[in-house]
Amino acid sequence: MESITPILEFKKTCVSYTKQTMAVKYVSAAIEKNTITAIMGPSGCGKSTLLRAVNLMHNLYPNIRVDGEILLNGENIFSMAPIDVRARVGMVFQRPTPFPTMSIYDNVLSGFSLNGIRLSKSEKDLIVERCLKNVALWDEVKDVLNKKGTFLSGGQQQRLCIARALAMKPDVLLMDEPTSALDPIATKHIEELLLELQKEVTILIVTHNMGQAMRISSHSMFMYLGELIEYGDTKNLFSTPRDERTKAYLTGKIG
Amino acid sequence: MNDKIYKIILFIATLVIPIICGGILYALVTDAYEAFEYFGFFKFLTSSEWRYTEGAEQYGALPFILGTLLTTFLALLFCIPFSLPVALFVGEYFKDTKIANFLSTVTDLLAGIPSIIYGLWGFYTLRPIIMSLNISPQGSGILTASLVLAIMIVPYAASLSAEFIKMVPNDLKESAYSLGATKYEVIKKIVFPVAGSGIFSSYVLAIGRALGETMTVTMLIGNTNNIPNSITSTGNSMASIIANQFGEADDLKLSSLIAIGLILFIITAIINMIGKIMIKHARIS
Repeated sequence: MESITPILEFKKTCVSYTKQTMAVKYVSAAIEKNTITAIMGPSGCGKSTLLRAVNLMHNLYPNIRVDGEILLNGENIFSMAPIDVRARVGMVFQRPTPFPTMSIYDNVLSGFSLNGIRLSKSEKDLIVERCLKNVALWDEVKDVLNKKGTFLSGGQQQRLCIARALAMKPDVLLMDEPTSALDPIATKHIEELLLELQKEVTILIVTHNMGQAMRISSHSMFMYLGELIEYGDTKNLFSTPRDERTKAYLTGKIG
Repeated sequence: MNDKIYKIILFIATLVIPIICGGILYALVTDAYEAFEYFGFFKFLTSSEWRYTEGAEQYGALPFILGTLLTTFLALLFCIPFSLPVALFVGEYFKDTKIANFLSTVTDLLAGIPSIIYGLWGFYTLRPIIMSLNISPQGSGILTASLVLAIMIVPYAASLSAEFIKMVPNDLKESAYSLGATKYEVIKKIVFPVAGSGIFSSYVLAIGRALGETMTVTMLIGNTNNIPNSITSTGNSMASIIANQFGEADDLKLSSLIAIGLILFIITAIINMIGKIMIKHARIS
């Protein structure tokens, strides 16, 4: 494992909302390329906060302080321009967030239009088709590309949001409980999709659902009260947790 | 038993408002009838004569309709560059901060100033400035009235627009940021389009305010019964011709003034209705 350069590495990463309390405390972990890593833990443990630090979402809120380092391909993102970081790190949110004033087609391309990148019609068509095929949405929407993104079902909307993130060809895809607002069938679709997608992109997924972590992730993190308690191979973490708190969480005693 | 009494009291109290509204409309229509019958409805709307020579009386509403529409339109134009930044400041850039609360309180305070005070300020402060800039010799006119009117409707447009800007979901904005957008791009391509119909409707409601504003306009517009030939010329609005002449009017002239009142009522009602419908629509989507 040491021989492979990690695509993403947390080095004593800390995030604090107020001066007194830290939401994420000295997290250090290395994420391998083309894997799915699940971040688990009870509500308020800092898992979403850690995830959001990776694409510098905290920069939007001046009260939030971030310390330590997060290395993306060896480069500390805190000293990079936010726009460059976000171009390489995509994000999918808990609630599907297609842009309501844009068509399905324009939603897929929104990363380009938002950044003022101009594309020719044929380039656009290619990107839209590739990304929608990537998220297994193409067959369902290829005849209604001009309809608004909000016209789709919840699961389809979430896949559209994944397609939108993939259009920018990110190295890392962050997902903050992407299936918690979806029904079981839509959830299953997304999970299958993520297993496919890990060939192209490294996925970091926050989940409340232990079953989901077990089904899709190769590595798992367990966080508790802002600390990274345990991190390792998903199968090992679930079968033989080293820490008492991990065991307590997995057996439903905390969380 | 008690419940029943409450219900009856509530019902009666609620009924009073539509009855008053209906009564006003009824009185306007019956009293305006004489003028419409004498001059003809369309003739009255399109005539620009306003002569009270005995025996050859001639009244038409066109100069006043145009005066009202022109001042309102200009006021809207002047109001946008002030209200939109305030709305963005309060609703997006400094959302939920002390300075935003302070600014929105001050803006709302503008709405509470009596219109006579705006009129005085316009007359004794703004009018001399307009004169000294050689924009118009007498200082008063469509432009002067519109400028003050613009300040008066800023709070209505700004605070409502700010509410709609605030309502744009945070995760939507974060999604745009996560795709690498800058703040400017997020505002231009996400916030404005999503809040767009709401912002538009707040301006429609602001227009509704400006249409009927009487005192300030009367003090500043110059009160000449002609079709304004430029934005600096003097004129009269529907509300100000009524305010100026109702005391000395009787018979046909009074009926003509009431007819103008009816037209103003209808225009304002339509504009407000459009605004309300649009707001409803904007909230749902």
